[in-house]
This record gives sequence, structure tokens and C-alpha cells, in this order.
Amino acid sequence: MLTKRIIACLDMDGGRVVKGVRFKNLRDAGDPAECAGAHARDGADEIVLLDITATSGNRRTLLDAVRRAARSLFVPFTVGGGIRQLADAAAVFDAGADKIAINSAAMRDPALIGRIALRFGSQAVVVAIDARNVNGRFEVFAAGGREPTGREAIQWASEAAACGAGEILLTSMDRDGTQSGFDCQLVRAVSEAVSIPVIASGGAGSAHDFIEVFRDGRADAALAASIFHFGIENIAQLKRELHDASVPVRWPC
Amino acid sequence: MIAIVNYGAGNLNSVKKAFDYIGADVAVTAQPETVASADKIVLPGVGHFSSLQALDRTGLREALLQSASAGNPFLGICLGMQWLFEGSEECIEVAGASILPGKCRHFPSSVKTPHVGWNSLAVQEGSRLLRGIAQDSFVYYTHSFYAPIATETAAASEYGLRFAGAVERDTIFGVQFHPEKSGDVGLSILKNFCEV
Repeated sequence: MLTKRIIACLDMDGGRVVKGVRFKNLRDAGDPAECAGAHARDGADEIVLLDITATSGNRRTLLDAVRRAARSLFVPFTVGGGIRQLADAAAVFDAGADKIAINSAAMRDPALIGRIALRFGSQAVVVAIDARNVNGRFEVFAAGGREPTGREAIQWASEAAACGAGEILLTSMDRDGTQSGFDCQLVRAVSEAVSIPVIASGGAGSAHDFIEVFRDGRADAALAASIFHFGIENIAQLKRELHDASVPVRWPC
Repeated sequence: MIAIVNYGAGNLNSVKKAFDYIGADVAVTAQPETVASADKIVLPGVGHFSSLQALDRTGLREALLQSASAGNPFLGICLGMQWLFEGSEECIEVAGASILPGKCRHFPSSVKTPHVGWNSLAVQEGSRLLRGIAQDSFVYYTHSFYAPIATETAAASEYGLRFAGAVERDTIFGVQFHPEKSGDVGLSILKNFCEV
């Protein structure tokens, strides 16, 4: 039986893993390669590394972190942040990523999704969407959540899927870092609208939140960062609780 | 030496890295001569079935078939396993190796595609490739087309229907999942292949 994935996310800034609340107030959480390995050993089904303040100066730092993390990582590894063109994606794949995540660049140029998919396969292209509830409508934000785009999340997710995306990484900006639970309404709406897997992100705080987003939100995978870094809950414990609640997970692993 | 065949499809680095990690002597090659002289062959691949056409154009197809029929162990991964069959609905113009019977088909519309994630294996007794792999072990899949269950099926998984997760006939092996991305279970499978 296909299991629900628990994905550990590392937000990286200047070569260090950090975690903020609602995309702000960053705290240091360690070395990316060490964090990636520790999460994999702990039972993470996948690792995502996001360069959250990606600038051209940070490129080398990111590729170096990807290379070091990939060396002894034998679970799927997704890398995002600052990928603006096919060549950026190729460099990240070359450094050892299995999938890339693109966000703002895909919105500016949806055909980029298809260009990367054509060369590396759809399974390697994750389109990340940051959305916020604005007057009852889920609006997409670009540039790390700083710029409103006026786009509607469900419609953009469908378009991305049609362009060749292999998965959608859907972050609720309202819930990000708050540990108050996933936005099941947002996740379910997108999950039902697209035929590709949806990874829910933003708001993980307890095992109950994961159970809810898998059952009510119909998520295929769920991603969390802050709860794992600071030892509030480890992945092994989370998976045991999901298993006990009859959510299919890779356990034991 | 184990030759990892580079025909331009997908990310070979991760496959090479996994073999390096378990201490195997591997080389990534696009040369039919290198393939012909290798002790064992790994045909990886992700993406579209049409990319297998490159094997026909480059002379790799003949080298692979000759080596495999001479009894050199062969491991196809993902698209590389699908190549062992007659062909795929994904691209009917490109022929598979027809070493195994049947064609690869798209998953039914009742399930989301691609099939992405960790799924469990129902392991057939006596498989050499899956020696020591516990029943219901989890492996990582990412694909939209599947190979049919046949007498050569070494392990089956379920997603909308039962499909071949691993195949095995004599020294010819194939896995639809990605052993290089399947944690310790995957590394054990690659070790088994090295020891065949």
C-alpha cells in the first residue's frame, strides 16, 4: 500500500538551516548536511532543502550544501530557492538533487516547468505554491511570500500540473511556523483539483495535525520543519502515532 | 566492473553514488565497448519511454542484449526495467528488449499519477535480488506506467492494481522502484545484485 510521506524541510539561509514564524524571525537550526542525514536516520521519507534568501551570491553556498547533503542521503532529496532557468535546475541536479522546487520563476514563465520536465522528467519538478487566505479566497504570493500575485491557488496548481509539474508543494502562509495545524481547507481544495500528488506545508505542530491533513485535507505528503529541528517531536515518534491511528506510513523503516 | 549505462535519461549520479557507498566498482559509460566488457550492467533511467530510443541509435541496445544473453548480470531500474518488456503504451513506436513478455501500461484513472512515494513489496520466495528483504519492506517509487505481473515477478506492489515491483529471470533483474532512493532496503538490494 502506498504510504503517506513525512517530509522534513530545511530552510537554508547563508549556508545554515534556519526557521522563522510566518516567514520572519529566523532562528539558527544547524548545518544542512548534518540536519538532512539526521532526519533521514530518524525516518523522514524525503528531505527538502529550500534556500529561502536565494541570491546569486548564495548559489555556490547552496550547491555546496546540496553536494555535501546528497553524498550519504539515500532518500529522495528536493532542492529549491533561486532556480530561475533550466541551467540553474541542471546545476542543482548535478550537485545531487533528485527533484527541484520552483516557485516565482514558474509563475513568471510557466513554460519553464515543461522545459525542466522534458529534460529531467516530470517526477523531478515540484511546483511550490505559497498561498494565503485573503477575504475567503486563496491567493498566491511570490518572492518568498512578499509579493501578492492576484492569482488563485487552485487555478494556478491546475495550470502547473498541466504544464508538466510532478508534484505540488503547497504552503499555507497563514499557518507557516505557527504549529497551529495545517490549512486542511486549502490542501483539500487543491488536492481534489489536481491529479498529481500534493504536499501540505505550513502549520505542523502535533501528530494530530498530520492525521487531520491526511484524512480531511487529502494530502499525499506532509512537510514540516520547525517541529523536527528543536526536538518538539521526532519523526519516529510521529510515525508511530500515525501508524497507531491507521494512517499508512513507512513504519518501521 | 559494473557499467552504469548513460543514454541521456535521468540522473545517473544518485545511482552511481549508491554503488560507491556500498563499495562497488562502477563506471558510468555511454560506450557500447565498455558495456560489452563489463561484468555486470545497470540500466537506470527516469522519464519518458521514448528516451530509450537512444539505446537503438547508439549501438547500446545490441551491446546490452549480447551481454545479458551471455549471462552477465543485468539490473534495470525504473525505465530500465520497463525496457526488458516488449514496449510501453507511453510510446508505442519504441520497442523494448522483449526479454520479458507483456507491455507496460498507464495506471487506471482511479488513482493519482504519477505513483509517487514509499510502497510495500510482496516478495516472492527464492528471489536472489531480494534475498534477505523482509516481506512488506518499503521502497520508493515514482512512475506513471507499470509492468504487468508475470511468472518473472519477484515482488509485487499495489496501486489501483497489482503490478510488478521487481522482476527476475536467471541473471536478468529489474526493479520499478528506485533502490538508490529506498534507504537501507534499497542499498541491500544493490548489494545483492553486486554479489550475484
